[in-house]
Amino acid sequence: MRIDPSKCVACGNCTYVCPMGAIYIDPVIERATVNRDECVECYACYNGLSQEHLNPTMVRTVRKLFKMMRVRFDPEPDVCPTAAFAPEDLVWPRVVRRAFSDPRVPHESTGIEGRGTEEVKTNDVSGRVKVGEVGFTIELGRPGVGVWFREIQEMAWALARAGVSFEKRNPLTTLMSDVASGTIREDIMNEKVLSAIIEIKVSVERTEEIIELVRGVEKKLDTVVALGVATRCDDDGEERIVAPILERLGYKLERAKTNTGLGRVTNRALVMPQSEVTAR
Amino acid sequence: MTNTLHRYGDADSFRDDYVVFAMCCRGQNDEDVVPKLRKFLELAVPYKPVNLGDSRRGGALRASKSMGPLSHWKRDMKPDFQMVIQGVSTPMTAAAVFDNRIAAEDFLKTVKEADLGLSVNISTSIDGADQCCHVADTCRHSVGYSLGFQGKTEHLPNEDILKLSTMCGHGMVSTSLAKKMVDWVKEGRRTPDEAVTYMTRFCSCGVFNPSRAKRILEEARVRQK
Repeated sequence: MRIDPSKCVACGNCTYVCPMGAIYIDPVIERATVNRDECVECYACYNGLSQEHLNPTMVRTVRKLFKMMRVRFDPEPDVCPTAAFAPEDLVWPRVVRRAFSDPRVPHESTGIEGRGTEEVKTNDVSGRVKVGEVGFTIELGRPGVGVWFREIQEMAWALARAGVSFEKRNPLTTLMSDVASGTIREDIMNEKVLSAIIEIKVSVERTEEIIELVRGVEKKLDTVVALGVATRCDDDGEERIVAPILERLGYKLERAKTNTGLGRVTNRALVMPQSEVTAR
Repeated sequence: MTNTLHRYGDADSFRDDYVVFAMCCRGQNDEDVVPKLRKFLELAVPYKPVNLGDSRRGGALRASKSMGPLSHWKRDMKPDFQMVIQGVSTPMTAAAVFDNRIAAEDFLKTVKEADLGLSVNISTSIDGADQCCHVADTCRHSVGYSLGFQGKTEHLPNEDILKLSTMCGHGMVSTSLAKKMVDWVKEGRRTPDEAVTYMTRFCSCGVFNPSRAKRILEEARVRQK
């Protein structure tokens, strides 16, 4: 993302809305400027700020007059008064920043927006996490801190060394040059994203081991981790196995995402008798 | 969409936060899914949601790309649910956000009766979701627990800011904006209602809960006195 200096009036609104704090008013040119190293191309500024199309010269003059009179200028905080944002055509490897940071851009690998996959949200249809299994979503950089791929690499290597397999349809997995070792392609190591999710699935018995492993690696990283643990419920809708393990490890379980089991396969080719499919 | 899972707060703080969302599974139930997603959102409207979301196009309050000089005095402050419903044109995740359990329960019952075939999830406190399923007579299939945030948590802001900003799990409501809104409400420069609409417009998938945000802002303001 770049800001057109001929349009920017340095109102400062965008400096607050950037999740990475990557926008600042440059005191030399007196314009908002994007720190390209820290910008994760999330487009929160471009998509979230409403755009007015005022004349920049007129706005600067008015602001100068207000400043001279010591009158506080009180603009709407979610508006760019001169529509100064100018999205760039991103090229590799910078384009991965946007793929992992702008939730409106679907990943080609998953077809869904955001950084993850369907996880257990469609488990009632996909059967992805089975009885006796636990699905982990290890999201690095969330909330609002961001993460470099070189940090994600450390976590992926550690998990691979523990012999876990990565979810194939996860966007991060598609960027691994060697999935078995968890090695992410070298040319994106110096790219930063808002967050990225490593998805794995293990047997219930390995729940504690994986959590301890994540805790160990995260101490070496300069970011935060949001950990999600998913599992199947019993036939009566209860979950009596994983929650006690998590509580024993010191977690107070406050919030969850619950799949209500209302989904089913409806695609015609899958529900029709094979003879009818052939006849068509 | 783990974007609703990791909201910051204890179970009690989710008493006015029920996100019910529907999505299809690729290759399994994704045929003719657009009318079903629209139907899901339409079914929510009678239960007075506080937000509706289309993961590709946003929620019921959106940024405008063509504001005029006079539009500041007549800005949209109320959610436009029909805009969200009519805008659904591709497979996506449809979300309805409620600020009370009764509405979420009744909505889930209605969705069950409609038998859309889509996967339907509830994101809230564990007990809250359990009760919704019980009342709607559905059997929980799977559950994904949030273990919260760990690692270098010294990078995180204070609790009020975190509660506000994590209501957009995609991170589009920045902590700086949330702090600015808390400060402006404390200073009396904006009302909580106004501050909430500013933040809601940044959420790109419509799961931000304006009702809970307003409560958090009001609590933060009172605490300062």
